[in-house]
Amino acid sequence: MAINDLFNQPLKVINTGLASFKTNLEKVGAEVVQVSWKPPVDVDKNSSRIIDANQSKIDKANQEALNIILNGKPVLVGLDIALNVIPGMKKNLILHSGPPITWERMCGPTRGAIMGALIYEGMAANPEEAEKLASSGKIEYAPCHEHASVGPMAGIISSSMPVFIIKNETYGNIAYCTLNEGLGKVLRYGAFGPEVIEKLKWMETIMYPILKAAVAKLGRVDLKNIIAQALHMGDEVHNRNRAGTSLLYRILAPAIVETSEIKEDTIKVLNFINGNDHFFLNLSMPASKACLDAARNIPFSSVAVVMARNGTDFGVQLAGTGNQWFTGAALVPDALFFPGYTKDDANPDIGDSAITETGGLGGFAIASAPAIVQFVGGTAKDAVQYTLDMYEITAGENNVYQIPYLNFRGTPTGIDVRKVIEKNITPFIDTGVAHKNPGVGQVGAGVLSAPMEPFKKAYEGLAKQFE
Amino acid sequence: MIVKGILKKGAYYDSVSLMIVSKELNKLDGVVDSSVVMGTQENRAILNAAGLMVSDFDKSNDTDLLISIKAISEEAISNAFAKVDQLLKDIRNKHDETGNVKAHSLDQAVKQLSGANLSLISIAGKYAAREAMKALQQGLHVMLFSDNVSISEEIELKQFAQSKGLMVMGPDCGTAIINGIPLAFANVVQKGNIGIVAASGTGLQEVSSLISNEGAGISQAIGTGGRDVKKEVGGIMFIEAMKALALDEETKIIVLISKPPHEEVLQKISDEINKIKKPVIAILIGGNPKPLRDAGAIPAHNLEEAAIYAASLAKGIEVEKALNKIELRDIEILAQSEKLAKNCSGKYIRGLFNGGTLCDEAQLILKDTIGYVHSNAPLNPDYQLKNLWKSEENTILDMGEDEFTSGRPHPMIDFSLRNKRIIEEAENKEVAIILLDVVLGYGSHLDPASELVPVIRKALEISPKLLFICSVTGTNQDPQNRIEIIQKLQKAGAIVMPSNVAASKLVGTIAKLIR
Repeated sequence: MAINDLFNQPLKVINTGLASFKTNLEKVGAEVVQVSWKPPVDVDKNSSRIIDANQSKIDKANQEALNIILNGKPVLVGLDIALNVIPGMKKNLILHSGPPITWERMCGPTRGAIMGALIYEGMAANPEEAEKLASSGKIEYAPCHEHASVGPMAGIISSSMPVFIIKNETYGNIAYCTLNEGLGKVLRYGAFGPEVIEKLKWMETIMYPILKAAVAKLGRVDLKNIIAQALHMGDEVHNRNRAGTSLLYRILAPAIVETSEIKEDTIKVLNFINGNDHFFLNLSMPASKACLDAARNIPFSSVAVVMARNGTDFGVQLAGTGNQWFTGAALVPDALFFPGYTKDDANPDIGDSAITETGGLGGFAIASAPAIVQFVGGTAKDAVQYTLDMYEITAGENNVYQIPYLNFRGTPTGIDVRKVIEKNITPFIDTGVAHKNPGVGQVGAGVLSAPMEPFKKAYEGLAKQFE
Repeated sequence: MIVKGILKKGAYYDSVSLMIVSKELNKLDGVVDSSVVMGTQENRAILNAAGLMVSDFDKSNDTDLLISIKAISEEAISNAFAKVDQLLKDIRNKHDETGNVKAHSLDQAVKQLSGANLSLISIAGKYAAREAMKALQQGLHVMLFSDNVSISEEIELKQFAQSKGLMVMGPDCGTAIINGIPLAFANVVQKGNIGIVAASGTGLQEVSSLISNEGAGISQAIGTGGRDVKKEVGGIMFIEAMKALALDEETKIIVLISKPPHEEVLQKISDEINKIKKPVIAILIGGNPKPLRDAGAIPAHNLEEAAIYAASLAKGIEVEKALNKIELRDIEILAQSEKLAKNCSGKYIRGLFNGGTLCDEAQLILKDTIGYVHSNAPLNPDYQLKNLWKSEENTILDMGEDEFTSGRPHPMIDFSLRNKRIIEEAENKEVAIILLDVVLGYGSHLDPASELVPVIRKALEISPKLLFICSVTGTNQDPQNRIEIIQKLQKAGAIVMPSNVAASKLVGTIAKLIR
């Protein structure tokens, strides 16, 4: 290239800064695109020097991480009881969503869900007993993510809960997730009344054996395929799972009918799944988890493999920083609230469901889900803009998950923490909203941009890997 | 007849897109039939029936892409396979109606504007170098309007650009005209065969406008930023721009504008002038013209002279004749000044400038008639103004300097500070003349007359014998329209000269007569 080559081309300008320059250029007929620029996040100078000096090494690691994430093949292979299959699971261990947290710092919904789980497990007879036991030190707590699992909202998994078993057929790793309870008063939103416990018991004793038999009959259910189709049918498989649930139902129903012996139970189970649009969420989440877990421990990669919230903290893990958590305060989502509730009732962001965004779904694929654009400003264009913004911070585009409206462009996949910092854009997450007090349950649904602090720490943490 | 197939693992496309791909493949020479489908059981059965099945496909699953071609030759098959890749890529990259969405970064903006070739950056200086480097890495030329970029960053950017054959205009480059497009603060000039390299922003505006007003035109006007010709930067972009204009077929005449460069840089510029076959006109504002003359350039004493020389050459008029024209004009100025001096009260002049180079040039011209003048940016450090807000004797201010602009827009946009100063100066009975520059063009105030006319009128009410002498840098094609501005200023009672040089000369000769 030489400078005077420019003199023989039409001038095409990228304008970063004063918007009036763009207006002036347009007046004289030049082609110009404005960069809606924000200053990068203020990070430790030494860290950015290290990251800058190692860009090509990081790029290479990220390509590897992205390839692994994209090559993952998550398949539902069975169901079992948590105690039997989840690594490290034991009677007095309760898994929760998000990064590690002590009882003292736990939010209302998480506490409520833990109390409910203790009652469900028969370890406490009533809420008072449960609360006492929960804070006694006899119960251990750990993040689902540290036990190959994910859980929506409070994300509570206790030892006798049934779980889906999802295998990443490409890499052999397994992920687990509980069965979705439906809406209303449910444990995952921190409710622990008798009806909540009763439903969990029904799920364990009636639904679980039926589903287990049906999945055993099917052998395997290809979740990646269902998700890809669901995106074409208006789901982003986080806040909208209607298509995914329908597709799953079409696969499960014949097998359930074939394997289930008691007609009455069969009808109940089929109606339960059919009546719960979010049933597939508890499969889209572990499907994402299974793909992302395979990309752990790739030295120097700045790609996020976990984003998760416990209602108090927002945590991030990177492919290149092992099991280290980078955390910051969780924010309260912008939401549409159910009648009678306001933002004042809302608990800060909670749940492992941001694993879908981490895997290029959910808020990253919101352009696929025009039916839920009310959550993001009301127009399809708003949704498209959110998805397009996410391409700014990802390492690549999905090879299988696509957005019809964007001419089947792959969803933005593989959050690159460098780009988050450089462009000052945090991941966009779809979410449900729990009441901040234990026992109340869901009060709305909405969206939020992740807090910057965990990403800033992750960026600086990655820089330390080069020391 | 040959049938061959490829299986792409995990590459999912929707069936409609794939049918389009298959249709395109069937149009290729030598291709008899083709099929591009996902590897479902049903699709495999269809392939079997169509005679397009290959053994590799047996183990395919739903997310595998099966590409099968039936053709008359190996060559046709391999062509078709190459075409498939392109078609599949096109599906993913196809333009859509989302072109007007926001880009948050250069990466995205470049995707939206295919063939982008210049990045105009005007963000805060501490971030600007990083953005500029990103643009260079993407193969874009850069115009860095931002100031407060460190000299080490400037050197790094310019060395990198040089290695890539790219241009970095700036930092602190306020103006350029590339391929006829005015960038940032620039005037709408006629197209022509005169190329300009300038390490001075208002210098470039004044020369390009004067050339255009003289009836000649500009091919390219490249700003380098004032620091380019300092020792540390070493004139990297000044030299590169000269080379580019030397190679440019549109450019027949080259004009160089700079404050006096460091002597090492001057040597490099001289060496480069030596190599250029085209006429080179050079103006080193306040510098010694000898080395440039020795190198074969036509030295000009001021911006106006440079513009008139260049315009004359462009029109096929000899430089001597152009010089005569200037001399004749200067005689007129002398006559005019005698007339004006008679009706003058007060004895001092005040120059209130928006353009830094114009302010320098005014001081240089005044030096020849009345000697050094006081300034916030004086030629002679002894004449440094003690208090910025209080003029002494003869004073010429550069109101575009940081001490005036901190916390407010540049005076080319925001006239309020200068307007206030005009009134303050008018209230001083010792002030005889106020010298003003008015810079037009994109980026500048869109209606300067609305600011200046009331102030001039008010000042003349306060001091009826006060002389306003102005020049208007710009063209009739500028959004403000130069001739309209001139008429409005004249109507308000100002004398408007054709150039800053002419205005300064008139002021200088009057000042000499009245002191």
